[in-house]
Amino acid sequence: MNWEAFWLTVRLAAIVSTLLIAIGIPIAYWLTYSRWRWKFLVEAAVALPIVLPPTVLGFYVLVALGSRSPLGRWWESLTGHTLAFTFEGLVIGSLLYSLPFAVQPFAASFGAVDRTLLQASASLGHSPLQTFRRIVLPLSKAGLVTGFALSFAHTLGEFGVVLMVGGNIPGVTRTISIDIYDQVQTANYSSANQTALVLLLISFFVLSVVYGLNRRPWVVGPWR
Amino acid sequence: MGGGAMAVKIAPALQTSAQPISADLEVRIRKRFPNPEGSFNLNVHFRALAGFTILFGASGAGKTTLLDCIAGLSDPDDGRIAVGGEDLYDSEKKQNVAAWKRRIGYVHQDLALFPHLTAGENVAYGLRTLSAAERQTRSREMLGLFRIDHLRDRRPAQISGGERQRVALARALVTEPRALLLDEPLAALDRLTKSSLVGDLRKWNQHHRVPILFVTHNGEEVFALGDEVIVLDAGRIVAQGQPHEVMRAPRLETVANLSGFENIFDATVLALHEGRGTMTCRLGSGAVEVETPLVRAEVGSHLRVGVRAGDLLLATEHPRGLSARNVLPGTIRRLEQRDVIVSAMVDCDGTEFEVHLTLAARDALQLGPGKSVWVVVKTHSCHLMGM
Repeated sequence: MNWEAFWLTVRLAAIVSTLLIAIGIPIAYWLTYSRWRWKFLVEAAVALPIVLPPTVLGFYVLVALGSRSPLGRWWESLTGHTLAFTFEGLVIGSLLYSLPFAVQPFAASFGAVDRTLLQASASLGHSPLQTFRRIVLPLSKAGLVTGFALSFAHTLGEFGVVLMVGGNIPGVTRTISIDIYDQVQTANYSSANQTALVLLLISFFVLSVVYGLNRRPWVVGPWR
Repeated sequence: MGGGAMAVKIAPALQTSAQPISADLEVRIRKRFPNPEGSFNLNVHFRALAGFTILFGASGAGKTTLLDCIAGLSDPDDGRIAVGGEDLYDSEKKQNVAAWKRRIGYVHQDLALFPHLTAGENVAYGLRTLSAAERQTRSREMLGLFRIDHLRDRRPAQISGGERQRVALARALVTEPRALLLDEPLAALDRLTKSSLVGDLRKWNQHHRVPILFVTHNGEEVFALGDEVIVLDAGRIVAQGQPHEVMRAPRLETVANLSGFENIFDATVLALHEGRGTMTCRLGSGAVEVETPLVRAEVGSHLRVGVRAGDLLLATEHPRGLSARNVLPGTIRRLEQRDVIVSAMVDCDGTEFEVHLTLAARDALQLGPGKSVWVVVKTHSCHLMGM
């Protein structure tokens, strides 16, 4: 069991899913309430990572982060090194890769809040943003937890994007899924088996939390 | 109908009190709105003064659409909405104040209480701009007025329907809105809860004189509440005035259909016969007296009596051996045929009854204008209105 790779992966997933709460909520808000006629194009773009092969996504991210792109050059002038094959680059790639897994549950739960509650809040003198904070967000708790957990679990298991963007640098970009691949390559099956089992159990636990939370009779939690 | 006396006692006081000019609500709007039977044009123009104005009409007449436009939740196609002289919407000036800046209280048909907040938090919700201490004082005051202070720590899901209704009203009123829109807020309540809630609402309104638009399609509520009634049909105002004028004088088919009574009379209680379970009432200003079911009322108090035209009998000779207690002599003024119904207008000593007959009955009795008849009114066909 490669603990270095394990903790690196957990750190990556925690950072990515936390950032996705901050990034995903405004995007989901816009997707829920905007009446722009071309909104569906943005919806499709956000959902792309679900169907795109991770290598394709990883390839474009690599190109975008490289020293020939404006973003890569800007980062290089700022820090003195490129984004590609760094932990930061891995975070950016994973943010894109897991975006729909946060935004879609967020948007679904925002949209499920009864419109008459929003109207009542407006009649009581609250602006749309205040209404969002005091009514929509608290009533979307289950959706927020789901989005967080799904993007966490999804980042935990990513392979293609990591390999394309991060390479395989121990302690920097070597995540558990890559570690498992390495161990299988070197015929180290018992270690691969151990690590794979840990990943399986964590993923199962996270999904159990998600489905448990979304069980109808509980809504927020069995403890209420 | 036991509470009939209450509405009668309070209504005159409200009508005579001074109404500040600045408080009125002016609405002149047009809007196309969808409807199960296609689409209608809402086209209304009215002014509502402080006090209750009833919006009466069948479902789909445009009542809720109208309230949504006033609250700013829906935009009219054109026109003007102003409260206290201040424009909320004016298509000519291209002005449209956002719903959350309008300060118009709106109690939605299904209440829209915030499920994650307690009753107390729901009531305090609209007091955003106040300090925490003042928010507390003001909401406790309102909880007390609506007798729900003991429920303040409970969630909407944990209280009864009538209690939820009180919370929704208290939540809207505590913000001291410039006008109040109530969309069938009493629809789901039993009669007793209804009349106590109406009493609390009136109490509040005596101190805060604002226009209250009250939507209903229940004819009884019109009489119990209304200082003024506006009848909406297919997006248009078809009648407007005091309840007894509107509901009675113009024999509008919509009004009759909605209230269910073609004959509506002001009545004065002359005598109570508690042993028999009846009382004697004089109808209108004429000399006609009828025996009606007993309700909780005092001798000399005023009520309204509704009688369906189809519940009345006509006889060409004075009938004998009838169980009906009221046999009134009269003269047929007019006969009108609508489809297979003949509608006879009968004048009984200055009080006019509408009686529905079949074509066969008209021919067999050889009825026509000027013919002397007796109108037979069963005691239990007299419906006393009020709450």
